Amino acid sequence: MAETYIARSTKIAARNLGGEMMIMSAVDSTFFTLNPVATVIWQAADGKTPLSQIVSEQVCSEFEVEPEQARRDAEEFVSQLSQHGILLISDHPLSSDRPATEAP
Amino acid sequence: MSLQAEMGEKATRLGIPISVHIDVTYRCNERCDHCYLEHDDKGEMTTQEIKDLLDQLAAANVFYLTFSGGEVFMRRDFLELVEYARQLQFNVQLKTNGVMIRQREAQRLRELGVEQVQISVYSHRPEVHDAITRLPGSLKRSLEAVRFLKSQGLRVTVANVYMKVNRQDQAATQALVRELGVEYKLDPTVTPMMDGNSSVLALRVDGERLRDVFSDPRLVGNVGEFCAPPQAVDDDVMESHSCSAGHASCYINPYGEVYPCVQFPLPTGNVRRQKFLDIWQHSPQMNEVRSIKVKDLPVCSTCTHAAGCSRCPGLAYMEGNMRGPSTADCEKSYYRTGIPSANMLRKAAAAGTAPPPRLVQILPMTV
Repeated sequence: MAETYIARSTKIAARNLGGEMMIMSAVDSTFFTLNPVATVIWQAADGKTPLSQIVSEQVCSEFEVEPEQARRDAEEFVSQLSQHGILLISDHPLSSDRPATEAP
Repeated sequence: MSLQAEMGEKATRLGIPISVHIDVTYRCNERCDHCYLEHDDKGEMTTQEIKDLLDQLAAANVFYLTFSGGEVFMRRDFLELVEYARQLQFNVQLKTNGVMIRQREAQRLRELGVEQVQISVYSHRPEVHDAITRLPGSLKRSLEAVRFLKSQGLRVTVANVYMKVNRQDQAATQALVRELGVEYKLDPTVTPMMDGNSSVLALRVDGERLRDVFSDPRLVGNVGEFCAPPQAVDDDVMESHSCSAGHASCYINPYGEVYPCVQFPLPTGNVRRQKFLDIWQHSPQMNEVRSIKVKDLPVCSTCTHAAGCSRCPGLAYMEGNMRGPSTADCEKSYYRTGIPSANMLRKAAAAGTAPPPRLVQILPMTV
């Protein structure tokens, strides 16, 4: 099965507020907060680490969650954020030095 | 409560400055009658100093960053600063008169992902607007900027200041802004100059005129709710504070001086000599501001408006006491609800005059 790679969009504003990420899309001003599990995935979204590796090495090791459940939740989370342009998804590694002016 | 409001409350609990306003310059191409600033450059921060400051603000978890002035585009490096701020993932908002924004600038702001641009417009008539700004042609340029920004898909707000000189144009200005398809904000607050000079206060509208604003649903939403009688004052109110100044937000001027708010000229430190977080966390002045609760306000804690008043501690400070009343907000509470504030009653008693009359009679419903 092909790997999924995720990278944070540069068209956002984001900060970690007491362990909880808050993110606003610079495209449509949608405002999100991420729970601690989603925050771990977000922070690990470097475009180079496969999602499966993020789930197994960071989510499952830090939170008491079954691997299969964690994978399903992570895929749903990634899908939701990608629909708002907050996360970029690819089946190959993504560059981490995308310019701030990437196309909306 | 909205998600953003929840985050604001969380920031206050955690002592995080979630919102910072930076004036990058006091220089301006307009000379507005009501402006509270001196426009001479007394050594504003360099490009590198501001970038270093932005690094510190990002590390301090600042999320909302407002760039204002003076006129921000008077700095040749302004777009470079915006680009740097966006690389640090701030939510960037701008306040400008728009006179120097053309298609190219608007496009660049959109590319950089600026969240919102606020442009000042004081009238729909050039003879009124340009007389206030003392810059011929400024209304035309500002409105063109609104259109350029809007055409790029940017969120634009037009801000008007309600004064004696433009009061009669308010409705037509609002209609013009609606035609442009952008948000409109009307502020009846004229503030004293930063050096304490209060001569500009003569521009404030008479209190009676505030009622026109407070009874306009296009400006305040639900008039019944907005003008509702004061809520009960309970322990939660007594333990609360007036606003976010010094709790979750602060202001930094072009010379690196840090204040609780742009409208609260209490010096707390300078980022040219100290780290921002040192000032934010350890400044005695900042800590004094955030220690003040409603119960500590000698007059306002006795006021029937304590729960719903927009009391500005900065305006109170400029009146001489940061724990005292802010007269402008007393007037707003009075003309909003018809019930005089404790401060107004106290002043009338001290002067031996009749207290301000209740403007609205709230009668119990009879069955």
